Formats: sequence, structure tokens, C-alpha cells
Amino acid sequence: MNGIIDLSVLQVAAAYIFILLLMVILKVKGIPREKEVLIASIRMTLQLILVGYVLVYLFESMNPFLTILVLVIMESFAIYNIFQRSGRPLSNSLKKVVALSMAFGTLSSLLFFLFVVIRIAPWYDPQYFIPIAGMLIGNSMTGISLGVNRLLEGMKERKSLVEAALMLGATPKQAAKEVVDSAFDSAILPTINSMVGMGIVFLPGMMTGQILSGVSPTTAIAYQIAIMLGILGSVSLTVILFVQLGYQSFFNDRDQLKTD
Amino acid sequence: MFTFTNVCYKDILSVPHLIIHEKEITCIVGESGSGKTTLLRLLNHLISPDKGSITFHGENLLFLDPVALRRRVVMLPQTPVIFQGSLQDNLAIGLRFSQQPLPAESVFKEVLQRVKLDKTLGEDAEKLSGGEKQRLALGRILLMEPEVLLLDEPSSALDDATESLIMKIFVDYAKEQNKTLIMITHSKALATDFGDRILEVKGGNVYEWDH
Repeated sequence: MNGIIDLSVLQVAAAYIFILLLMVILKVKGIPREKEVLIASIRMTLQLILVGYVLVYLFESMNPFLTILVLVIMESFAIYNIFQRSGRPLSNSLKKVVALSMAFGTLSSLLFFLFVVIRIAPWYDPQYFIPIAGMLIGNSMTGISLGVNRLLEGMKERKSLVEAALMLGATPKQAAKEVVDSAFDSAILPTINSMVGMGIVFLPGMMTGQILSGVSPTTAIAYQIAIMLGILGSVSLTVILFVQLGYQSFFNDRDQLKTD
Repeated sequence: MFTFTNVCYKDILSVPHLIIHEKEITCIVGESGSGKTTLLRLLNHLISPDKGSITFHGENLLFLDPVALRRRVVMLPQTPVIFQGSLQDNLAIGLRFSQQPLPAESVFKEVLQRVKLDKTLGEDAEKLSGGEKQRLALGRILLMEPEVLLLDEPSSALDDATESLIMKIFVDYAKEQNKTLIMITHSKALATDFGDRILEVKGGNVYEWDH
């Protein structure tokens, strides 16, 4: 296996031809999306350059505190992003539940993955710690976002059903079961679907990256399989925690539905 | 059985004193928006009063286990709620929620007959008409045999003939089984026919009619 071909600035610049092409098409077709495409391209370029240098610095300094700092930043950003992405305003108690499930769900999966599956040394090795944390946190964030939306929607749309169940003497858990199940379902379905299509419909990014950089495909798939299982675990754990604690935030201590 | 003392709920109800008696049929009348449903919701403990106290057999509702209370004081909402599944699933769900054992199939069939639903147990409940759904929901709480039945306009989705029929079924049932029945009705005639006692909700307070 050969190492990867290093790209010169000029070669990367050549790839911007795609953007130019798109801009021309948009212009000709009269689709008013040039601004968004331009901003997206610039943001993508700047953010990646920045992250590249940050990673170089982190890998060279090999400092446990920096690794933890990055983890905290990623986690906070993910949680903030979930709040932003939800279509409806979240109650404070639901926000707490989101933060708690994200932190507990992703951290426990991450620690298990790094120290039991991959067994990295030193424990804070940023080369493993950061990208894997990114994948677990990112996927769990997407999962929980879907779960949050479905839970809020379900509790609103099926309010009369939930309430009718309470009237019949159901516990809040029984009354919210359908809504909770469907929130869990919609949150983990994308992960399951991507597992089904993996290797046939598309080659996953991490594996492609490793192969490009000269790693043997068999090693790359071993990592990919492990990370997919890790992602599934992390997403399920975060989402289970979220829905199990989340539905409770809709009821008060007298097992009544809270009024908005 | 239920005693209200200085109960206030938002700006909807303000009831200085009210007693609802055990093993009686209490009909609640009043204009729409007067707070009749709020009154039932207070009894079922779906909401708590902002001020004052409501007691059930002498105990403040706030100190009773809410779920256990609702299993004794079951409420039927005005718009019938249908759960996913067959007629039998829908009849059984009240028993499931309240963790009571499920009876034999013949008991379910009997209940369908009692609420005048000429259907089979396996049918999809979603396919029923509005009035049929209402009767199914009524059958559901008949099966639960709670101590107190709270019915919010049980007949709103029924035609006149079925209406008095269904009300009669419930009244007979309550009398036979020594249950307490508290129901809202829009029809003053029905209230006078069936009620042992008639309460009118008006201006946030509750008044008893001479009967």
C-alpha cells in the first residue's frame, strides 16, 4: 500500500471548479441560491482549515487537558445545536434532560469504545480520542434531535390520547408509551438504515479516509464495523435515556399533564 | 363523598362549598364554557385547584396517590378517544391501564351488546363512526367497574334515541351496582329524568336545583 498523494494548494484550488460550475448553472437557470452556495463553500473551507491547524496543534502537544477541553467543547456545541434545531421551544426541564442524556450516553459509550474496544494508550491520545468522540457525539446529536422533535410533536398531537389514558387510571409511563416508542423509533432508524446500506450503497467516510491514506481495506473495515457498533450503541443509549427521562418532563408530581 | 371547600381554579371555577353524595346519580348542567368539564377534571385529579381543598371520602385529593385515585374515579372525555387496535383491545385497555385481570371473551361480547354495538370484537376500532366510538368508550369504562364514573356529555355524539338508551344503561348499571355516577348533560329533560340530584354550573359557582 502506498501512502496518500499530498495535495498542493493548486490541486485543491482546482476542485473549486465544481463550485464555479454550480454557480454558472444557478445563474443560467435563474435559481436564487448563489449566495447560500458561496457562503457554504467559504464556511466549509475556513472551518476545515482552522480545524486542521487545531488538530495538528493538539496532536503535537499531546496534552490530556486539551483533549478533555475539546471533548467538552464538542459536547456543549452538540447540546446547544439540539436546542437550536428543535422546531418548538424546549422547556427548561427538557433541556436538562437533553444535556444529561447526551453527556451520559456519549461519554459512557466513548469510554467503553476507547478503553475496551480500541484500548488506546495514553488514554488521552488525541489522534483517536477526538475523531471517535466526534463521530459518537455527532451521530447521537442527530438521533436525539429527531427524538426531541418526535416527542414534542407526539405529546402535542396525541395530548387527548395521553390524557384519556390518565383518566382511565394509567400511569404517565403507560399513557405516554406510544409517543415514547415512536420517538425512540424515529431517532434510531437513520442509524439502522445506514448500517443496512453500508458497503453496498455507499462506502462510509471513515473507511474511505483510511483506505485513501494507505491503510489496508481489511483494517479499515475492522475499524468501520467497530465504529458503527459504537455509534449504534451511543445513539441508542442517549436516545433511551432521553425518551425515558424526557416524557416525565411533561407530567407534574401529581401525575397530571403540565399546562403550557 | 366529594367535598369542595373554597375551591378556586383559574378564573373558571370558584366554589365555596359543594358536596357530591355517594351512590347517587348527579347530573351537571350549564352553558358551554361554564366550567362543567373543569369540575369533572378536578374530581378525576387531572388538574388541582389553585386554592381550597377537595376531599374524597374525607381525604384531601392532594394526599392520595393520583393514579390509584383515577382507577377508582374514572372519567370519560366528551370526545371519545380510540386507541390503536381492535374493538376488544379498546375495551380491554382500561383494565390494562388499571392493572386489572382481563375477563373471558364472552364478557367483552356482553359489553358490546350492552352499549348496543352490533360489531365483532376483532374489528378495527378506527373504522367506527363517531357515535359508535362513543359507545365503545362507554363500554370500556363499564368493564372497569370503578367506584365513581365521571361522564362528560356521554351522549354528545349520539342521536336522541340512542342517547336516552345509553343514559338508561348507565343509570341502571349505577343503581344495580351501587356506583356513584356523575355526568354532564346538555339536556335538562334527561337530567330531570335520570338525576337524583341536579347541579348547575353558572358564573363559576355550582348551584343545586330543586328537584
